[in-house]
Amino acid sequence: MADIDYAIQATGLSKQFGSLVAVNNVDLNVPAGKIYGFLGPNGSGKSTTIRMLCGLLTPTSGSATVLGLDTRKEAEALKQKIGYMTQKFSLFEDLTVRENLEFVSTIYTLSGRTRKARVAELLTEFDLADRSRQYAGTLSGGQKQRLALAAATLHRPSILFLDEPTSAVDPQNRRDFWETLFELADQGATILVSTHYMDEAARCHNLAILDQGVKVADGSPRQLGKEITSQVIEVIAQDPNTARNCLSDESAITSITQLGVRLRVLMPKQQRDGVQLVQKRLGEAGIEAEVEAVFPDLEDVFVAVTELRRREDEGKQDSQGEAA
Amino acid sequence: MKTLLRIFAVMRKEFLQLSRDRLTFGMIVGIPLIQLLMFGYAINTDVRYLSAAYVDEADTHLSRQFVSELTATQVIDLKHRAASLQELDSLMDAGQISIGIFIPEDFDRRVIGNGRQIAQLLVDGTDPIILGVAQQLTAAPVAFDNQQRTSQQNRIVVRNYYNPERRSAVNIVPGLVGVILTMTMVLFTAVAIVRERERGNLEFLINTPVKTPELMLGKIFPYIVIGLLQLVIILSLGRYFFEVPIRGDYLHILWASLLFIATNLSLGLLLSTLATTQFQAMQMTFFILLPSILLSGFMFPFDGMPPLAQAIAEVLPLTHFNRLIRGIILRGADILSMWDELIALAVFMVVALVLSIARFRKRLD
Ligand SMILES: Nc1ncnc2c1ncn2[C@@H]1O[C@H](COP(=O)(O)OP(=O)(O)O)[C@@H](O)[C@H]1O
Ligand SMILES: [Mg+2]
Repeated sequence: MADIDYAIQATGLSKQFGSLVAVNNVDLNVPAGKIYGFLGPNGSGKSTTIRMLCGLLTPTSGSATVLGLDTRKEAEALKQKIGYMTQKFSLFEDLTVRENLEFVSTIYTLSGRTRKARVAELLTEFDLADRSRQYAGTLSGGQKQRLALAAATLHRPSILFLDEPTSAVDPQNRRDFWETLFELADQGATILVSTHYMDEAARCHNLAILDQGVKVADGSPRQLGKEITSQVIEVIAQDPNTARNCLSDESAITSITQLGVRLRVLMPKQQRDGVQLVQKRLGEAGIEAEVEAVFPDLEDVFVAVTELRRREDEGKQDSQGEAA
Repeated sequence: MKTLLRIFAVMRKEFLQLSRDRLTFGMIVGIPLIQLLMFGYAINTDVRYLSAAYVDEADTHLSRQFVSELTATQVIDLKHRAASLQELDSLMDAGQISIGIFIPEDFDRRVIGNGRQIAQLLVDGTDPIILGVAQQLTAAPVAFDNQQRTSQQNRIVVRNYYNPERRSAVNIVPGLVGVILTMTMVLFTAVAIVRERERGNLEFLINTPVKTPELMLGKIFPYIVIGLLQLVIILSLGRYFFEVPIRGDYLHILWASLLFIATNLSLGLLLSTLATTQFQAMQMTFFILLPSILLSGFMFPFDGMPPLAQAIAEVLPLTHFNRLIRGIILRGADILSMWDELIALAVFMVVALVLSIARFRKRLD
């Protein structure tokens, strides 16, 4: 037995839809009682992976165990132990908030008295008590999301799968939502949450970065920043556009991201004196700017790892082209 | 116990949703009403008052008597007396009449003479029903007081059992019970599951511990109640509005209908596992409904159909139900005397239900 207790383990998990490889050979180790993030752009295979872990999709190859249960063969036994909040609202829009929760409590066969108490408890906990008679279809994005989370946690599952839970929600609601997630994790639940927001990913204990179905990096946000193979140089210029144009010719630079007046410039760690290099280039062009080396944030990590993969792919194609 | 609780959960949800779905609710009541009125009134196969004209070249006492007797049958409405055969032709061409009667100059002699046609009937044969009516007219008893009468009389006397007034409502209303139940029951269940798939509800549902048979049964139950509601609507309208006699036992009607409703609901479930969109589900429903209406004996008598059509009809649940319900309602038959039809329906139901449970996956792929 390993010294860490893993709630989810997957090896070589792949899913193919026709010729499209939606999830490509993903290994996962999700520690119990922690919040684990899937970070990736649309179409990177987050939902598909979650569905495979819930036992809703059968992997094309590879396997996964969730709470020690095989997702291929023991999906039914798993249902009572996991909660799943789908990306698209999947409760009944023509039922009221209370009716939806009552339905969920009955379908999970809570005993009569617990059922009533649990529904009442969730209504207050998720701030839906004064909406209990409203049809779910008429709720706002934030209210729908709270209802969906309430429904997913109603039977007190030990693992929660949340697929882009905050995509239709305003920033204040997002903050509150994350507070709730931390409370749930404190109570011992393992939470697997997918997102394409960097700030949300940064709050996870651990995360995996997905790109076109491939897991390109994983670890804690801090660890990812440390282990990144690029250095990050921040450039603050009066005219970021010209600065950007000037730097884009420099072959050592792998990517430039503009954030307002700031530019995040990435180059390989092996490149020595990166700051001087950038200063020199800008000086030659007569551009005034503050240049300093900074610690990579998640966005840098994301850009660096996906960029790296693109290059490797291109390299492969080139060498194939030469061979042919 | 847990199973019952989960079935109950699905059932309750289904009832709540139904009570809020105005369109479906309107269809539950509207379809029986519209169909009954349509088939009971507009599509009336008792033909009366076809517009007709005649030419009477004889213009004798006998010919005038002949014309008035034809009018008395009420089958035709003699609007015109035309001057010539040509005029009759052009009236027919213009579509103003569907039947023309030509009485030749020597009408009296023809009546007395043996074996010769006494008059000519011109018929718009494009409509087979009118053609049939014309054939009735030729058999019309023309009561001339002359000695040759016996040779023209029909030797075969038709005795009409069960429907002495020859009203089509008597045959159509019991048949409509089956048609309406097929239409609505198959459609409602087929759409019910596909709709949840389209709306995304199914992804949530299949992630709960509910078992496939529980989900299916929970979905079927509310529609059984609806089917019975429709049965009551159709039968009471039929009984009190169209004066269809109900000779059989109400309990037997109930049992036969329950079985038929369950069969159609299972069939609908099966379709829902095949269709991916509500529109597809609807198309598939019509794929079943159309042959059911045409071949089940509802529109045309089963015995008059070619063998291939009969073979197809035997695999349509409506054919068996039509035999049952007409037997019970019109002949007052005992349901058990038609046990083979009951078994046929039960087999349909079990096969459809088992197939749909087997086909339905609690998975998305
Ligand atoms: N049922 C499906 N059939 C075919 N292609 C699919 C299906 N589900 C997802 N895909 C494809 O797989 C890829 C990954 O999708 P998804 O897992 O939904 O990504 P994400 O959730 O990260 O946005 C996308 O290109 C998507 O179009
Ligand atoms: Mg997704």
